[in-house]
Amino acid sequence: MTLLSIADLVVEHRSPGQPPVRAVAGAGLTVAAGEVVGLVGESGCGKSTLARAVCGLHNVAGGSITFEGRPVTPLGLRRRALTGIQMVFQDPYSSLNPRRRAGDQIADGLRVSGDSVTPADLLERVGLPRSFTHRHPHELSGGQRQRVAIARALAARPRLLIGDEPISALDASAQSQVATLMRDLAVDSGAGLLFISHDLSVVRLIADRIAVMYLGKIVEIGDTASVWDAPQHPYTQALLRAIPHPDGLGTLPAELPGDVPDPADPPPGCRFHPRCPHAMDICRVQEPDFGPAACWLHAPSDLTEQSAKV
Amino acid sequence: MSQLPLAVKRLSVTVKRLPAALRRLPEAWRRPQAVAGAVVALAWLLVAAAAPLLAPYDPLAQELPRLAEPGPGHWFGTDQLGRDILSRVLYGARVSIPLTLLLVALSVLIGGFLGGVAGYFGRWADEVIMRFADLVFAFPTIILAMVVAAALGASLTNAVLAVLVVAWASYARVGRGLVLAVREREFVLSGRLLGFSVWRSLRVDVLPNVVGPVLVLATLDMGTALLLLSGLSFLGLGAKPPSAEWGAMVASGMEVFDSWWVATFPGLAILTVVLAFNFLGDTLRDALDPRTARAVKERAL
Ligand SMILES: Nc1ncnc2c1ncn2[C@@H]1O[C@H](COP(=O)(O)OP(=O)(O)OP(=O)(O)O)[C@@H](O)[C@H]1O
Ligand SMILES: [Mg+2]
Repeated sequence: MTLLSIADLVVEHRSPGQPPVRAVAGAGLTVAAGEVVGLVGESGCGKSTLARAVCGLHNVAGGSITFEGRPVTPLGLRRRALTGIQMVFQDPYSSLNPRRRAGDQIADGLRVSGDSVTPADLLERVGLPRSFTHRHPHELSGGQRQRVAIARALAARPRLLIGDEPISALDASAQSQVATLMRDLAVDSGAGLLFISHDLSVVRLIADRIAVMYLGKIVEIGDTASVWDAPQHPYTQALLRAIPHPDGLGTLPAELPGDVPDPADPPPGCRFHPRCPHAMDICRVQEPDFGPAACWLHAPSDLTEQSAKV
Repeated sequence: MSQLPLAVKRLSVTVKRLPAALRRLPEAWRRPQAVAGAVVALAWLLVAAAAPLLAPYDPLAQELPRLAEPGPGHWFGTDQLGRDILSRVLYGARVSIPLTLLLVALSVLIGGFLGGVAGYFGRWADEVIMRFADLVFAFPTIILAMVVAAALGASLTNAVLAVLVVAWASYARVGRGLVLAVREREFVLSGRLLGFSVWRSLRVDVLPNVVGPVLVLATLDMGTALLLLSGLSFLGLGAKPPSAEWGAMVASGMEVFDSWWVATFPGLAILTVVLAFNFLGDTLRDALDPRTARAVKERAL
């Protein structure tokens, strides 16, 4: 059963006096209960914007977000009744209230679910000492804070947990620990997990499926194994080449040439074509809006025939 | 040149002799400015509390020789009605200090609440509240306070109201800015996602994170408020004649300029209170905000 389904989602950032920035420009994605979906992409491609829109923290300019069969409403001034979606944010230094003890903040989550477990139990579950309930955030390390944030989100017993790069501020060993912890806890409780990262090698460890995002669009989506072993989209291939390999051969990771274009002024046709080594004529004029790999190299046959006629 | 190491050594000896309790204080509180501010402010609070015990005479009794110079018996001299100025200054603390505290507390509450609402809810609440604040800022403070006080009629309560009308706006502005910055912080969003109502979110997540800077501003503002309040009394728009209010006392001293003591001592009282609270405010700011503290230290070097 699909828990969350996002279709043709468009989210724009509007600031006065400037053209709207289309941070998410027609993205589609599903997450099933108990499934872990990894969302990867370079910095600035719109991952956070998508995640926040799913929580109702951004107004949606087009498309739909459906959670358990009902559309997600934007978070307004009213009390949020929809507590089935919880999020762990990117920055460990602002994901917890600096003025409140860790235990009190976890208790907020417990109040939602009405569970009989205590904050200390939850701290134990995320691998922290029970005595940390009395600590203020400034007495915790970045990784410990993220664990507390995870405990608070899980305390509410969400059906969908979203992690928006919850590990990017942590060092390498803490990264895989926290990522694996999040996966285990979410899957154990039967919740779906949408895990956002720009690091494919960590996502591979925990995700059932991987979605690759580029400039506001999902360019490739598939099972972790197939995306990792046989990436279809040139962008995915480039991301994989950019991962350092500890193979002892000294092969340097291949940097992806060029920069992410400005989402306020995306290139015409395929958004990736200015940086793509395989760019063809059609890539410059027509946007590939099909899946699972949105690339003219992998177009379904009927579409290629059609466009050949154009 | 050779004296310099000696001076340093002597200084370090003095530092070591500081009472242990003082050394345990955070660094910002150990500076002479901070100590002086705290001591003077505390002294004035004590005076306000114990004025009847400390004052040698009844502040309203007109029983002494008129315009007597400061000297034994009446250390601050007497005024043109034969009242003891020392007693009047001491009793004046009972008028000015509690009223100033009340005034600042009310400004913080009203201005802070309105600014918080403007910042948190935005849209029309923001527009309406901040346009009113702009209106207040558009006038010179003392003139607006004078207009309001004159319109309400001369009395101490009305003077407080008049100063309140001009003082809330700066808290609204600062409060709004602080709330705007905190509102988008991720823990506030997390709280809302956990089903906090906006009021709970304001109280639990926003308020505790903006209260520090607002309190610093309030301490710094204490001097301004006292000046405004006594300024209104000085202009005849506040305390009525017999009452021992510092601003009114300075004003009556202006009538007898040759007898310098009549205006000087209440004036000094105002000055010391204003300075003490400004020192305290600076200290609080440095103690609260490490970035400002560092900037100050770099400048000192
Ligand atoms: N409040 C905003 N106003 C205007 N533009 C914004 C705003 N927030 C984000 N953007 C723009 O939207 C685009 C997507 O931003 P987003 O934060 O979603 O990226 P991201 O994929 O999460 O990046 P990162 O990996 O660095 O977190 C960026 O180009 C960014 O400049
Ligand atoms: Mg992000």
